[in-house]
Amino acid sequence: MTGQSRRSFLTYLVAAPTLALVTRAAADTLAPQPAHAVVPSLPAPADLVDLGDLFILAGAPTSALLALSVETDGSIRFRLPREEVGQGLTTAVAMLVAEELDAPLAAVRVELDDARPELLFNQLTGSSNSIRSLYGPVRQSAATARARLVAAAARRWNLAASSLTTADGAVLAPDGRTAGYGNLAAAAADPALTVLGATPKKTREHALVGRPTPRIDARAMVTGAQRYTLDLDVPGAKPCVVRRPPSLGGTVKDVANLAAVRAMPGVLHVVTIATGVAVVAETFGQALDAKAALQVTWGPGPADRLSDEQVRAKLRAATPPLLVPPLLTPYVDAEFDFAFVSHAAMETNSAVADVREDRAEIWSGLKSPIVARETIAADLGLPLDKVTVHVVQAGGSFGRRLFFDAALEAARVSKACRRPVRLMWTRVDDTRHGRMRPATHHKIRATHLLGEVLSFEHRVAAAETDFRHGLGEIITATAANLPPGLGNATLAQTLFHTTVKSPYHFGLTTHGLSEVPTGIPTGSWRSVYSANTRGAEEIVVDELAARTGKDPYRFRRTFLKTDAQRAVLDKAATEGEWGRTMPAGCAQGIAFHEEYKSRTACLVEIDARDPEHVRVTKAVIAVDVGLPVNPRGLEAQMIGGLTDAISTTLRAGLHLDKGLPLEGSYSQFHWARQRDTPRDVRVLVLPATGEEPGGAGELGVPAAVGAIANAWARATGSKPRSFPLHFDVDFTPYPR
Amino acid sequence: MPSHTFTVNGRSVTVDAPDDLPLLWVLRDMLGVRGPKYGCGVDVCKACTSHLDGAEVRPCVVPVSACAGKAVTTIEGLADGDELHPVQEAWLEQDVSQCGFCQPGQIMAAVALLKHTATPTDEDIDAIANICRCGTYFRVREAIRSAAARM
Repeated sequence: MTGQSRRSFLTYLVAAPTLALVTRAAADTLAPQPAHAVVPSLPAPADLVDLGDLFILAGAPTSALLALSVETDGSIRFRLPREEVGQGLTTAVAMLVAEELDAPLAAVRVELDDARPELLFNQLTGSSNSIRSLYGPVRQSAATARARLVAAAARRWNLAASSLTTADGAVLAPDGRTAGYGNLAAAAADPALTVLGATPKKTREHALVGRPTPRIDARAMVTGAQRYTLDLDVPGAKPCVVRRPPSLGGTVKDVANLAAVRAMPGVLHVVTIATGVAVVAETFGQALDAKAALQVTWGPGPADRLSDEQVRAKLRAATPPLLVPPLLTPYVDAEFDFAFVSHAAMETNSAVADVREDRAEIWSGLKSPIVARETIAADLGLPLDKVTVHVVQAGGSFGRRLFFDAALEAARVSKACRRPVRLMWTRVDDTRHGRMRPATHHKIRATHLLGEVLSFEHRVAAAETDFRHGLGEIITATAANLPPGLGNATLAQTLFHTTVKSPYHFGLTTHGLSEVPTGIPTGSWRSVYSANTRGAEEIVVDELAARTGKDPYRFRRTFLKTDAQRAVLDKAATEGEWGRTMPAGCAQGIAFHEEYKSRTACLVEIDARDPEHVRVTKAVIAVDVGLPVNPRGLEAQMIGGLTDAISTTLRAGLHLDKGLPLEGSYSQFHWARQRDTPRDVRVLVLPATGEEPGGAGELGVPAAVGAIANAWARATGSKPRSFPLHFDVDFTPYPR
Repeated sequence: MPSHTFTVNGRSVTVDAPDDLPLLWVLRDMLGVRGPKYGCGVDVCKACTSHLDGAEVRPCVVPVSACAGKAVTTIEGLADGDELHPVQEAWLEQDVSQCGFCQPGQIMAAVALLKHTATPTDEDIDAIANICRCGTYFRVREAIRSAAARM
């Protein structure tokens, strides 16, 4: 779809005959592909309208509400209606502002906006969408600011605005006079000013955008000055932790030793809330001691009978049937299981709340602050305008902070205790009580004949993902723009079909999802359905190549749909020396992924000689996001996606046991450490190929999952089917 | 309540706290020193890594009583005024941080490593067990190499 305007993009429709399946049966509308003798596949919905397009569309009516100001000291403040969780968004946005204003990057201050309900759909951070949705409006805002500053200088000097230029935070006249932006800030605010139309720069005029740029908050982070939620000084806010039930969603029946715990040193309050028993104390150390001392009788939770075995059986039973029976053609069949996975952000769920009789103020790392504010106001019984919700930069998210569980709890505790509190989830609770990436089961069948792939069917069953953080409203608001067949689909179906697609011409290509309610708290996890879904597909692609006697790289090259895709694959294969000789027990693996108008190929090398410590030893990643705003930040995103894939493919997962994960910390939920990650990583950012940036936040995960699994398969001679691949219970679980 | 006197980043402090109160909470909740982060509380994630008399420790498992008469250095005490420690400079050069939450601990662990191993091998760097959930390990490695060259 490259090259089409968004308008034409959105009016392009595709038929989808059933709610759960998208079947492309008639191939005659596709342009012939003479260079590649393959059976073509019709565009999938995600090729035409992806989830990010819906975000952009939903946010469009309010995108002009972005706030930019120029101060008298020359600094430029930009209020960003998004959350920074480590993805480097504030840096990229500051770059866009500095570029359009011709201002030094150091002069731009990006501040995270409080929850602003009037922004409607324009304050949700997710779906790799922030730069995609903000690229146009942020540049327009800054270009308009620049035009006003130029107009102010023109009036002051009695010169034509068109004769003036801007550089380094100042307006320059042909005669050498200069005026700093700070000096012009007041005059530029005059409504009577005549301002010429403001048009953002063309890509070829960019001086800063596209240049590798370090993070604007890097110094604060290396000096310990960066303030996260629990580092804020809110007067009187005391440490608070919550004793949680022994199974997910369990309820408090009785606390046997309430008086004794209340009398413990430093303890200020013990109150029962919907999710457990909260302790407020002078220090977190004392709050944790009191939490441990509580003797609570618990009621059951909704998933008490569920362990991994039952979940897997439910998912297998719920997986939709495949359509094409393998009669006369050879075929490849494969089934995959993926375990539940914790988001495991370094900063556990946390929030500060100060709830009074007539108002409330909340601080937390929130990616969906409007829904948080609305929910908390309703829960407290306060009018919306009496609740202030501050968005605080957070220590990671990976999807977790779309939900505001800690903020809601802190508000309830503060209300019950009538004092401000700083509420923190312990690591064990953060790992065990979710949320988590849903477990999934996959059935894939590909038929082939004479070197052609005739069909590729993929059916997914997933533990239900909770999307109740404002995503539904976005999709509903844009329903008219969805392809037929999706407009009435359920939320999960819509999300699935606007994100999951195959990049290959594999003939009849179909995807289907069924969701299974489990009572387990879930949430989107970086790359949502794609890590498992596309990861599994990339494994089958390797097995198809093997079955047809082809090299995995050459095979992909043959069936990819576009030259842009092949360019990325070629880059990774060439720079990664695809096909080089490896020792026995070591192997290369390669995979490809495309989403949100961006594409990537990942080549890894794995050392599986020690079955107790399989290690990815090298990674070469090529990435094309259309228009990279900050290549250095993009590299970081891809390295992050690689580490996610190493962890979840090889060792990190949650064992569900009678309604509660066994894992409680990083010693048990085996997230990769330095010794598990490659000593040699290269990220190759392809030069700009388009006029707009594609998504980047989640792009890196699925290809890396596929590449690692494929390398593991070649190194061990085993078929990767159940993830994580090394998943023993090699620890003693914490008590419930 | 027992009283404990020690220094934090060169400043003498006296706190009244139970002997077994972990140093992490003394720093964060009583002294307002919030560079060291809670990530697990059981010496697994290493996010709170700081130095006690120059040696690497995890304040989440160090009782405050063990600090009496000693010098605690946190990430806030690493720079000399505005002049950053070479390891911090290397972190900026490599643009290591993503969410940044584990980085004070990563930096303090790297400083401790470089103190006794001027030219660390890949195996030495592998031995740093600090978790980075964002997965910045490769840049951490590059920054340690760079810092070793600077020092």
